[in-house]
Parts: sequence; structure tokens; C-alpha cells
Amino acid sequence: MSTATNLHQVSRKGAAAATGGQPILTVDHVVKSFETPQGKVTAVDDMSLDVRQGEFVSVIGPSGCGKSTLFNMIGGLLSITEGEIAVAGERVNGPHPSIGMVFQEESTFPWRTVEENVAFPLEIQGVGKAERLERAQHFIKLVGLQGFEKRFPAELSGGMRQRVAIARTLAFQPKLLLMDEPFAALDEQTRLLLGDKVTQIQQELNQTVVLITHNITEAVQLSDRILIMTYRPGRTKRIIDIDLPRPRTSEIVGSDAFGRYVAEIWNDLREEASQGMQDEEALAQQRKRP
Amino acid sequence: MRSLDRYGPAALGFGGFVLFLVVVEILIRLGLINGYIVPLPSQVIVALERVIAEEGILPRFLLTAGEALGAGLLVALIGIPLGILLFEADLLRRATENWVAAFAAAPIVLVYPLFLVIFGRSSWTIIAIGTVAGLPPVILKTLEGLAGVRPVLIRVGRSFNLTPWQQFRTILFPAAVPTIFAGLRLGLIFAMINVVGVEFLINFGGLGPLINELSERYDMPATYAAICFVVLVSVLFFLAVERIEKWLRPAS
Repeated sequence: MSTATNLHQVSRKGAAAATGGQPILTVDHVVKSFETPQGKVTAVDDMSLDVRQGEFVSVIGPSGCGKSTLFNMIGGLLSITEGEIAVAGERVNGPHPSIGMVFQEESTFPWRTVEENVAFPLEIQGVGKAERLERAQHFIKLVGLQGFEKRFPAELSGGMRQRVAIARTLAFQPKLLLMDEPFAALDEQTRLLLGDKVTQIQQELNQTVVLITHNITEAVQLSDRILIMTYRPGRTKRIIDIDLPRPRTSEIVGSDAFGRYVAEIWNDLREEASQGMQDEEALAQQRKRP
Repeated sequence: MRSLDRYGPAALGFGGFVLFLVVVEILIRLGLINGYIVPLPSQVIVALERVIAEEGILPRFLLTAGEALGAGLLVALIGIPLGILLFEADLLRRATENWVAAFAAAPIVLVYPLFLVIFGRSSWTIIAIGTVAGLPPVILKTLEGLAGVRPVLIRVGRSFNLTPWQQFRTILFPAAVPTIFAGLRLGLIFAMINVVGVEFLINFGGLGPLINELSERYDMPATYAAICFVVLVSVLFFLAVERIEKWLRPAS
């Protein structure tokens, strides 16, 4: 590793330590239950998590473990049954100006050009047209889409559209960037390269990020810490610190340390994922019966 | 290649239409189509000049176009807000959606005597019937467009903490524009048919009474020439609607 890289790494760790006292996100003993015809179902059970300024934390778990429920609760789109979520010291009761969300599904506005999409949150804040387009330009550059400002989303690839969505959320200047499997619909190679882009942006802005994912490689490539969830109800199974050097690129996927982290996480997840699969098969069997 | 992409469809459409006229001309001249019922296309073209010069087509054309414009504007101004109202008020939607759909298939034109009693033998009767006939597709398509907005776009709006009005103005309405305009086009067709139909029935207004009069004179070339002007009104309205849609949603 180069000296410059070492220095950068130290300064990042220093910054994190300096602000370590006050987490940006606090998830405190959060429970989410739903009333169903079959009775009460607990989707998320007693989950707690602190995320510090500039930290990249991934939440990983098998399908149906309540990751998206947790995402929607942190984002204020879903009410909490018990416990508390706070962002920048303020309790989350609904959508919060300190939280920017990037969704799994394609979410750009097809009737707006790239720059109009990115400038959208600024338009809502009442920023004048010239200023918001100028500010949007900064975020367009940040996600590497300069030259595509006047294009419509239909003229872009899936990966480019997702970068537009990320730039639009960054233009909102959130203290916490919350992403729900933003690259799930993309192929593995695009996903790795976009991971590089996200890492670069996160470091440049010292952006605090929480990523919800089911992709182990993606989680290890991007994160400082990974929270592994159990399968139904979703609980914290384990939190792993990813002690890989920063700045990081996708080249790291070939390293031994990376492979060990992937194996370790899969070891924890395998049991949960198997349980999920058995449940799905049992459900399919029930549906087959007359 | 690029010019073929750009002008090819229009050229093919126009060429096909000319070919159709040539084929009809030949079939009539060969006696395979009765020339007393269907006039020669060449005679219709010649009659266009006569209709313009002798029948005062311009004021009649403008009157029909004005009535169609009035009905079209009312269809949009009443139909779109009603569609929005049904989208917002679920109980009202469930109570009336089937009625509105049934109304779309009803031959509204048959109740013209009622409108005559209310509005008299005037352009208002024609505009009112055109409006009522054009409303159902606009209401239903507005409702369909708003209800069909992808949930993720609504969640994006919520994540940006938009007010209900901002959510509607910046996300719901633009997302629904293509479907709303599909309804507007249908509504305009219904309105246009009824405008000319009622003009014809009550013998009042622009092109409808002229077509009635020319057909009663058994001047078939001039009748078809006058019908060409009805088609022209329709084409102009469709071009205008297309322009407005492009302006509202450039990527459509």
C-alpha cells in the first residue's frame, strides 16, 4: 500500500474517531410487527445499530428476513412498533430531511432529463433554476455522467439510471444515505464497477451510508461494518468489522482477506438462507394442495 | 437512412392513401363500384374548389372547429379534474366507476332533444352534447393513469418529504400524462363525432348541415369534399393534442 493511501486511511479513521461520540444513525431496540389474518407476525425483532459519521455499514440477510422493512423504518416510510430510530439526534417519525433514500427499483423520473432529475430535490427546496442546474452538475460529475445531462432516462442503461437516482439523492445533501439493494437488477460486472463509483463518492463526501443488500461480495467490497440478520424474525445475528484497506477498488475481490470475509459471512448466512428456502418450499407445498 | 427514418412513415402513409384513391378511381371507372353512390376521387378533388368558392366553407369550417374546440376544452377541463377526484375519493370511485364506463358506451347523441330544450337550437347544444360524449374516456383514463403510477415513484416523493400538492404536481400528474392523453384523444374523437353528428341532426352549425344539404342535393363529389374538411378539423386537433403532450412530457 502506498504512503498516500496509508495517510488517507489514517485521516479517515481519525475523522471517524473524532465524531465517534455522536452517531448519525441510532437504531435502538426496534421491533416491527404486522397484524395478519393468521395473527401477529414480527418482521424485525429487537434490532439495534449505531452508525457513525462517514461510516459505510451494510445490512445483509436472506430474502424475507426484514431488511426492506428495516430500510423503510429508518427512512420513515414505515411506522415502528417498538423502540426508536434517531438520525442526527432527531427521532424519526416520518420522512426526514437528513435521510436520502435510493431504492431497489428503477426510480428516475422518465419525463425529466438527467440534470432535471438530479436537480429535483433542489427544485422542491425552492432553489432558482440556474443555481440548481449548476449544483446538479456537480453531482452529475460525481457519478460520472457528464455529457449525459440532456438525455432522458429511457436513453440510458440500467446502471446509468441508478447512478442518476444516486446523484438525485446526493443533491438532497442527506446526512445519511440509505440504499436498498440499488444494484440488484444489474449484472455482476456492472455491479462491481458501480461499487467502485459508490466507494469513491462516499470517500469524497465523507458520506455516511447504510446499504441493505443480500449480496455478500457487494457488502464486503463497500463496507466498514456488516450487520448480518437472522431469518424471520429479523434479528441481529452478528456485526463484522471489515478491516480491508481504504481507498478500496473492486480489485480487492481477488485478495485472500476478501475471500475470508466472504466465507465467514456465508458461514453465518447459510443456515438462515436454508431456513428461508425450506419455508418457501413449505409454502409452495401448501399452495399446491386443493 | 436517417431521412428515411424521419420521413419514411409519413411518405408511406401518404403514398398508401394516394394509391387507395387511384385504386378506387380505377374500380369506379371499370364499373366495379357504383359511381352514383361513391364519386370518383378525381371529381371530389375538383369539387373541393367548388365547395370552397360557392358554399362558404371557411366560416362553416371555423364554426365546426370552434364547437369542437369548445367541447374539447370542456372535456379536458371537466374530465381530468373528475378523474383526479375519483382517484382521491376511493368510495366515490367504487360507487361510480362502472356507471362512467357504461356511460362511455351509451349513444348520448339520441338524447339531443333534451339538450335542445335546455340550450335551444344553438352551438351550445352541440358543444354540450360533444362534451358529455367525450367525458367518460377522459375520466376513466385519468383515473387509470393516476392509479397506475409506479409505487416506487410515490415512495421517492415521500422520501423527499413532498407535500400532497407537490407529490401530485411533480410526480403523479407527469407520470400519468401519457395515459391521460390517450383518454383525451379518445374523448376528442367522441366529442368530434357528436359535434358533427348533432350539427347534421339539428341542421345547425358549420360542416354538418352543409354535408346534409349537399347529400340531399345528391351532389356526392361535393358531399365527400365537405367531409374532407371534417377530417381536416380532426387532424388539426390531433396535431394540437400531440404538441401539448410533447410540451408537458418531452420524453413521451
